[in-house]
Amino acid sequence: MDGITRRRALFISTALVASLATAACGGAPAPAGDKAGGVVTITVNGMPAATQAADRKDFEELVKQFEAAHPKIKIDAREGQMDPKTFAAKLAGGQLEDVYYVYFTDPAGLIQRKQGADITPYLADVPYLSDIRPELQKVFKDKAGKTYGLPTGNYSMGLVYNRELFRKAGLDPDKPPTTWEEVRAAAKKISALGEDTVGYADYSKNNQGGWHLTSWLYSMGGEVAAEENGKWKAAFDSDAGRKALQTLHDMRWTDRSMGTRQLLEIGDVQKMMGSGKLGMYMAGPDNIPTIVKQFERKYEEFGLAALPGTATLGGGDGFMFNPKATPEKIKAGLQWIQWKYLNPDREEENVTKFSGLGVPIGLPQPNLFAGAAQQKIQAVHAAHANVPQENYKPFVDRSPQVEVKVEPPNAQQLYTVLDGVMQSVLTKEDADIDTLLKDAAARADSILATVK
Amino acid sequence: MSALPTPAAPATGRARRLRENLVAYLFLSAGLICFALFAWYPIVRGVLLGFQQVTFAQPAEWVGLDNFRRLFDDPLFATAWRNTGYFTLLALVFGFAAPFVTAVVLNEVRRGQSYLRLTVYLPVMLPPIVTMLLWRWFYDPGPGLFNNVLGVLHLPAQQWLESEHLAMISLVLVSTWANMGTTTLIYLAALGGIPGELYEAAELDGASIRRRLWHVTIPQVRFILMITLLLQVIGTMQVFVEPFVLTGGGPNEATVTILLLLYRYAFVYNDFGLASAMSTLLFVVLGLFAGLYLRLTRTKD
Repeated sequence: MDGITRRRALFISTALVASLATAACGGAPAPAGDKAGGVVTITVNGMPAATQAADRKDFEELVKQFEAAHPKIKIDAREGQMDPKTFAAKLAGGQLEDVYYVYFTDPAGLIQRKQGADITPYLADVPYLSDIRPELQKVFKDKAGKTYGLPTGNYSMGLVYNRELFRKAGLDPDKPPTTWEEVRAAAKKISALGEDTVGYADYSKNNQGGWHLTSWLYSMGGEVAAEENGKWKAAFDSDAGRKALQTLHDMRWTDRSMGTRQLLEIGDVQKMMGSGKLGMYMAGPDNIPTIVKQFERKYEEFGLAALPGTATLGGGDGFMFNPKATPEKIKAGLQWIQWKYLNPDREEENVTKFSGLGVPIGLPQPNLFAGAAQQKIQAVHAAHANVPQENYKPFVDRSPQVEVKVEPPNAQQLYTVLDGVMQSVLTKEDADIDTLLKDAAARADSILATVK
Repeated sequence: MSALPTPAAPATGRARRLRENLVAYLFLSAGLICFALFAWYPIVRGVLLGFQQVTFAQPAEWVGLDNFRRLFDDPLFATAWRNTGYFTLLALVFGFAAPFVTAVVLNEVRRGQSYLRLTVYLPVMLPPIVTMLLWRWFYDPGPGLFNNVLGVLHLPAQQWLESEHLAMISLVLVSTWANMGTTTLIYLAALGGIPGELYEAAELDGASIRRRLWHVTIPQVRFILMITLLLQVIGTMQVFVEPFVLTGGGPNEATVTILLLLYRYAFVYNDFGLASAMSTLLFVVLGLFAGLYLRLTRTKD
C-alpha cells in the first residue's frame, strides 16, 4: 500500500504548478550594472562544473584573458546550459543568462516561440563568420533568414568500436564495417565471444531511441519528415524505415547480438563500452573522450568508423541570446562567443597549452569551419595531436561519401514517437513493423501539423 | 440600568469583539497569506495557464479550450489514463493486501516486533532514486537478481521491464515495496486499538483464526481500510518516479502515466499550456476522490 508516501509524487506536480506560477509572476528586474561607466556586464553559461576542476580552472582563466583584452566587457559566468526543465521559469523570472548554451535540437522551437533575440543586425562585426559552415549556421536561422545564434560545436554520428574486442573476435580493427551487413556480421562474431559481451547496442529510452532511429533512417536513404507544398508530413513509413527496423529486429532476435537488456540510454551504453563488454554503438567522436575519462580507459582501445550508408545525422551545440538582452549586451556576447569558441587565431595558443593537459587534440570533430580557416585549425591539430589519429581514419576517409543531415522539425516530439517504435522492435520478437510504422506516422503527422 | 440597548451598543460590541480577536486574526492571516501564496495562487494560476499559450518571452495568449482539444487529440492521452488506471488497479491488488497481511502477522508476533517494524519501514526511508537503482539491478535481464533466482529454480528468465505485459506489474512491485511501510504502521496502530476482549470472546465461542480475522479484525479496522484505500487511489494516480526512472514510459508507451506525459509536455516539449490543461484535468479527478475522503472522515467525527 502506498497511499501515504505517494505524496512525494503529489509534491512533484505541486512543484511544477508552483514553479510555473512563480515563473509567471516574476518580472524582469532592471539589468544591474549594464553600463556602469561604459562597462557592459553579461551573464553567460556553459562554464564547466566545479567537480571538473581542471576544465573549470581553464574556463576561469580564459574569462580573465578575455576581460583583459576587452576592458569594456565583464563576464559573469554560470554553470549549465539550456535546460528545458528550468528554461521557461528562468526566462519568465528574469534569471535567464544573456548568452545561453543550446543543442541543435532546441533553436527551431526557441525561435518559433520568440525565446531568443534576433542578432542579425550585429553580425557584421563578427570575424570569421563567413567561414563557419553554412549548414551549421542555418540551424540558428528562421525562414526569413534572420539569425538567432551561433554554432560552437558539431558532431555527426558514426560507429564507435572496441578495437580489442574486434581483434579477439578475429576482425581487423583497422577495417571496420562499412555496410550494415558487415556491422551485423561483426556484431554476431563479437557477441559469440560470450561472457555477456554485446556485439552492438542502441538506445531506446527518453527520446534517445528516436534520435538514433533518425540516424538509422538517414543511413538507409530515408527521411523522418518531408515538406510538401509548405506542409510537413511524416516520411518514415517507407522502405528505409522498414529496412532499418528489420535490421535492428534481426540483430536483436535472430542473431541475438544486441544483448538482452533494452530500454537503454546513452549513459548505459557508454558504461557498457567503458567496461569493455560492447563491440560497437552509434555515436559521434565526442563520445570517445567521455568514455576514456569516465571509465579510465585509453584512447588506443577505441576506433571510430563512419556510419554505413549514404547519410548520417549531425547535431551540435551553440549559443543563443536572451530575448530581453540589450543591444550592448548582444554585441558584447557576440565578442565573447567569437573570441572563446570561434577563433582560428587562438587555436595554436590553445592547443599548445591543452595538449599537455590531457585535453584530447586531434579528434575528427568539431568541424565548424570551411575553407582556409578550417585548414589552419586542422594543421595545428595535426601537429599537436595527442590521440591516435589512425584509429579515426576509417571515419575521416569515408566521411565525404556520407551526407550529414540535421534533425527534423519538432525533433523532440517526433523522437518520443519513434522511441516507441524502437522499443517495440527491440523488446517484442513478433513486432509487426508495418503496423508500427503506420501508427507512428499517423501520430507524427499530427505533431508535424503544428510546424509553422 | 436601562434594559433597552441603545442603538450604538451592538456596534461597539462588535468593535470590541474585533479588537479582542485582532491578535488572533493577525496570527491567522500569516498562515492564510502563506497558503494563498504557495498553495492557492499556484493552483489558480495553473488552471489559468491551461487556457493560455505561454512562451514567457511574450505576453500569454488566451486560446480558450485549444489546449484541451489538443490533449484529446493526442493518442497518448487515452493511453496515459488507461495505464494510470491499470497501475492504480494493480497497486490495489498488490499494495492493499500486502501491508494489511504484514500488519496482521506483525501484530501476532510477540518477540522482536520493534526490529521487524523497522525492517518493514526501512524501504520508506530510502531515497526514491536509490530504491529505483536497486530494483533496476533486481530486474536486469542479464545478471539481475530475479532472473538469477529463476535460473536456480530452472524457470525461464523474464524481461521484467522490457515486456509490455510485465513492465507495469514490475513497476507496481517496486512501488508497493517502497511504500508499504507507512501503511503497515497505520494498520498496526489500528490493530493495537482493537479491544482484547473481543478476541477473547471470539476464542471462547470457538472461532478459528480465519473467523476471528473476518468477524473481529476486519470490521474493527474497516474505517482505516477505507481511508487508506482512498489515499492510495489519490496517490497511485500520481505515479511518476517509477516509470520515469525505470522505463521512461516504455516499452512502446506501455508505462506512460498521466504525470509522465505531463512532464513530457512541460519539460520536453516546453508546452506549459498543454501541461497545465492536463494537470487541471487530473486535479479535477483527484478532487473527486479527495471530496469523498473528506466526506468519509467527517461522518466518522
